[in-house]
Amino acid sequence: MSFRPEHELHKRRFSRNLGVGLTLAAFVALVFALTVVKVKRGDPMQGYDHVVQPSSVPKEEVQP
Amino acid sequence: MSETSAYQGATATPYEPGFGDYVQLLKPRVMSLVVFTALVGLLVAPVSLHPVEVFSAILFIALGAGASGALNMWWDADIDRVMKRTAKRPVPAGRVQAGEALAVGLGLSGISVVMLGLATNVAAAGLLAFTIFFYVVVYSMWLKRSTPQNIVIGGAAGAFPPMIGWVAATGSVSVEAFLMFALIFMWTPPHFWALALFMKEDYHAAGVPMLTVTHGRKATRAHILAYTILLVPVALGAAVTQIGGPLTLAVAVVLNAGFVLGAVRLWRRDEVMAEADNYAAEKAFFRFSLLYLFLHFAAFLAEAALKSVGLGGW
Repeated sequence: MSFRPEHELHKRRFSRNLGVGLTLAAFVALVFALTVVKVKRGDPMQGYDHVVQPSSVPKEEVQP
Repeated sequence: MSETSAYQGATATPYEPGFGDYVQLLKPRVMSLVVFTALVGLLVAPVSLHPVEVFSAILFIALGAGASGALNMWWDADIDRVMKRTAKRPVPAGRVQAGEALAVGLGLSGISVVMLGLATNVAAAGLLAFTIFFYVVVYSMWLKRSTPQNIVIGGAAGAFPPMIGWVAATGSVSVEAFLMFALIFMWTPPHFWALALFMKEDYHAAGVPMLTVTHGRKATRAHILAYTILLVPVALGAAVTQIGGPLTLAVAVVLNAGFVLGAVRLWRRDEVMAEADNYAAEKAFFRFSLLYLFLHFAAFLAEAALKSVGLGGW
């Protein structure tokens, strides 16, 4: 019994699979780049982390 | 049957589609026009996007156009098989199964719309979804085989990309976006009817009710002239809006003069004259129509570039 991976059928499927693989890899890279751009361009965000953050507390008006 | 013989039996498989066959489903040549016009629509808009957003927007608009091309090939495989111009497409040539074309078309439609929405805004994604629907359902499934006005109304599908580009940048439609849409919309009928004049046998054999088949060539020549004249105010109008300027106006005047003269020349010819020179004028008009659209959008882009350095614009 022999198995010939270099058969034309495999070659052809390899090119197709390689094409799909590279396309998916490019898609992942694009989504990552897009995410970085969106996050960087978004307004500064601050989540509540159970720590007092003086910068988040509204300033009281000082009476003259 | 041993594994070896089973494997050898597989060699009898008639054809194993390659990656390129699936790419052909997306009509790459049509996509190039979509990419160019959408890019212009996006870059001449008054709001600028990050280069990654621009790239993503154009990619997903092109992918949406490709998806509608695949769905068109799935639906039109029967008539594509008859026409010489389309017989070598992957589905009629038997390289890709019709069901695969449907799956690729539906899958890419979903991906392109969702991703355009995430990359830019919901309005642009909605417009892309409508464009795909319009091209596949309204044009391919309904109008193409039922009315000689198929090209006129179906042309709207090809006219949407610059508007989608504009909406991707600004989030809304404006008179400039509408005029870029109208420019391609009014340009499409003379462009395709000129093609139909010298490819008549194809459409006739497939039973597609092109104007040349239903109303004859003399009427088609008159229609080409009418639409070419109607195109002039649209082109000149676009040149005097925010996306235009002296350069755009000059280009529009020259191109429209040439286009109208070409249309008048076609209108004055009859079949005897056309047969005598193997449709030279019709072919020249068709080639000029491609240049016409390319130079119009190139002028918008050049005007935007000039504006960015303090020149150009009104």
